[in-house]
Amino acid sequence: MSTPGIGANQRGGKKGDGSSGTLQKVGDGAANIAIKEPGRFFALCLDTFRAMFVWPFQWREFVQQAWFIVSVTVVPTMLVAIPFGGILSLQVGGLIRQLGAQSFTGATAVVAIVREASPLVTSLLVAGAAGSAMCADIGSRKIREEIDAMEVLGINPLHRLVVPRMLACAFVALFLNGLVSVVGLIGGYVFNVMLQDGTPGAYLASFNAIAQLPDLLQAEFKAFVFGITAGLVAAYKGLNAKGGPKGVGDAVNQTVVITFMLLFLENFLISTLYFQFIPQKGM
Amino acid sequence: MGVEIRVEGLTKAFGSQTIWQDVSLTLPAGEISVLLGPSGTGKSVFLKSLVGLLKPNRGHIWVGDRDLPYLPEAQLYETRKLFGVLFQDGALFGSMNLFDNIAFPLREHTKKSESEVKRIVMEKMELVGLIGAEGKLPGEISGGMKKRAGLARALVLDPEILLVDEPDSGLDPVRTAYLNQTIVDLNAELNATFLIVTHDINTARTVPDNIGLLFRRELVMFGPREMLLSSEEPVVRQFLNARRVGPIGMSEEKDVSELEAEAKMGLDVGKLPPIPPQQMPSSGRIRPAQHAPGAWCAAHGVTPPPGSFIDDMGRNWVEEWPRYVAAMSPVAGQQPPGARY
Repeated sequence: MSTPGIGANQRGGKKGDGSSGTLQKVGDGAANIAIKEPGRFFALCLDTFRAMFVWPFQWREFVQQAWFIVSVTVVPTMLVAIPFGGILSLQVGGLIRQLGAQSFTGATAVVAIVREASPLVTSLLVAGAAGSAMCADIGSRKIREEIDAMEVLGINPLHRLVVPRMLACAFVALFLNGLVSVVGLIGGYVFNVMLQDGTPGAYLASFNAIAQLPDLLQAEFKAFVFGITAGLVAAYKGLNAKGGPKGVGDAVNQTVVITFMLLFLENFLISTLYFQFIPQKGM
Repeated sequence: MGVEIRVEGLTKAFGSQTIWQDVSLTLPAGEISVLLGPSGTGKSVFLKSLVGLLKPNRGHIWVGDRDLPYLPEAQLYETRKLFGVLFQDGALFGSMNLFDNIAFPLREHTKKSESEVKRIVMEKMELVGLIGAEGKLPGEISGGMKKRAGLARALVLDPEILLVDEPDSGLDPVRTAYLNQTIVDLNAELNATFLIVTHDINTARTVPDNIGLLFRRELVMFGPREMLLSSEEPVVRQFLNARRVGPIGMSEEKDVSELEAEAKMGLDVGKLPPIPPQQMPSSGRIRPAQHAPGAWCAAHGVTPPPGSFIDDMGRNWVEEWPRYVAAMSPVAGQQPPGARY
C-alpha cells in the first residue's frame, strides 16, 4: 500500500537533524509502548463490551469456537494436570513428612491445586493453545482483508468474531479449571497414597478440614477472567496484524507472551483480594 | 441511480509519512472513474478511506449529504451498505464456500427467504461466470475466480457505489479484458458510481469516463478520459503512455540531473498516441452516464491526436455516434449522451 520513502520525515514542516530524529523515534517508540498500545487495547475492550449487548448474539459462532477451544485444550490440560498434581504431592509431601505432619498432605493439595495450580494451568493452556489459535485465525483473516471486507459489508467484526470468541474462551476456561482441579487432585491422591504411603483417610480428612466452597469459586472466577483476557488480547493482536504471514506469526508470539504476563498478574491480584476478603478456615 | 462522491482536501498520513495530501475530486454519479498511479502512491489507501476503513487526517468525503470520516459508527455501517467493494484478492471468507460467501450480505442484511437468496446468488454467479463452483472453498480456486467471486459478493446488495481495487492484478490479459467488459456491462445495468483503482494502462484508456492520477503525494489531475488522454502534462503523459522518459523514475521521482541527462540525449516523450474509443456494453446499449466520443475535446477546443476514436474495424466513432444513438433509441427523457460538456 505505502512505500517507505514517500514523505519520510515529514512532520508539519519541522525537520530535525539526525540526532533529534533518533531521539524522536525513541520517544515515539516509548510513547507507543507506554500509552498508545494500552490505550488502543482498552478501547477495543470497551468496544467489545458494547458489542456484547448488540442483538442478535452469534450463538452458532460461540458454539463452534467453544468446541474448537475444547478440542485444542482438553487433552493437553489433562496431560499437564496429572504430573502437576503428582509433583506437588512429591515436593510438598516430602517436606511435610520431614516436619512430621504427613496426615496433612491432603490439605496442601487443596491449597496448591484448587486455589492456585488449576487456575494457572488453565491460564497456560488458555493463553498458549486457545489464545494463540484465536490470534492466528483473526490475524490471517486480517491480512487476507477479510476483516475489511466484513466491515465494508456493514458487519462489525467485534460483534461477529470477537465477542463469541471471547465468551467461548471464558466459558471453556471455567470447565478447564474444573477439569484441572479434578485431574490434579486425583493425581495428587494417587501419588500420595500409592507412592508416599499416605493413608486415604488422612488425605480426605485434611482435605475437608481446610477446603471450602469459596476456594473453588475464586478459582472459577479466575478462570473466567483469564478466558476473557486471553480472548481480548488475541483479538487485539490479531486485528492489528500487518505485514503478511510474518506479521501473523509475530502477533501470535506477542499474544502468548502478553497473555501470560497479564494472567499471572491477574492471578496475583485476585489471590490477594481473596485472602483479604474471604476468611480462611482454620484447622 | 448512483450516488455522487465528493472528496474535499483529503490528506492521509501514517505517522510521519504523508501518503497523499489535499486530494479533491468528484466522482460523478453513475460514471466509471479510474484512479491511476505508480505502485506505492496510496491508491488502495485512498479506496479504503472512501469506505471509512481508514480515517483521513484532514478533509471530507461527502457521500450524498453524509460526511463519511465524521459519521458515528452506527451511521457509518449504515452508509457502507451503499458500497460494494472488490478487494485486491477478493477477500473471501476462507471458512465459507463460494455460495455462502456470496450469500453472506443477503443473509446478514435482508430478511429474504433461503430460496430467494439462492436465486439472487445464482444470478450473480452466472453474471461473473462461476456457475458450478458454488461448493468450492476460496482456498481451492484460482486468483481470477476469487476476484470474480468477490465481485459477485460486492454486487448482491445492488450497491449504489462500486469500488474495485486492481481488477487486473494477477490476471492474464484475456481475463482482464473479460473482467473489464463485465465492469462496463454492470455499470450499464446498475447505473452505479464506479471507482476502479489500477495501474493497467489499457484498462484506464478504454474503460472509464474519468481518469485521475496520483503521483508524489498529490492528485496530479482528475477529469474526463479525453482530457487526460490528450493532456501534455508530463507526468500524465508519461504514465498514460507507459514511457520511461518523463518525471517518474524507478524509485518514485527522478532527480534533476537525470532529467537533464535525458534532455541532453534528446530523448523525447514522443507523439501522443490516438485516443481509443471507449469500451461499450456488450449489449450495445448506451450507458446512461456515457458521453459522446470526442465531446469533451470539441467542447474545449482540443484537437485529439490523429487517429483517435477509430476502432479495430476502422469506424470513426465521432462520426458514427449520432447514427448509433439514433439506432439505439435511448429511453425517452434520458439526457442525450455527451450533452453535459
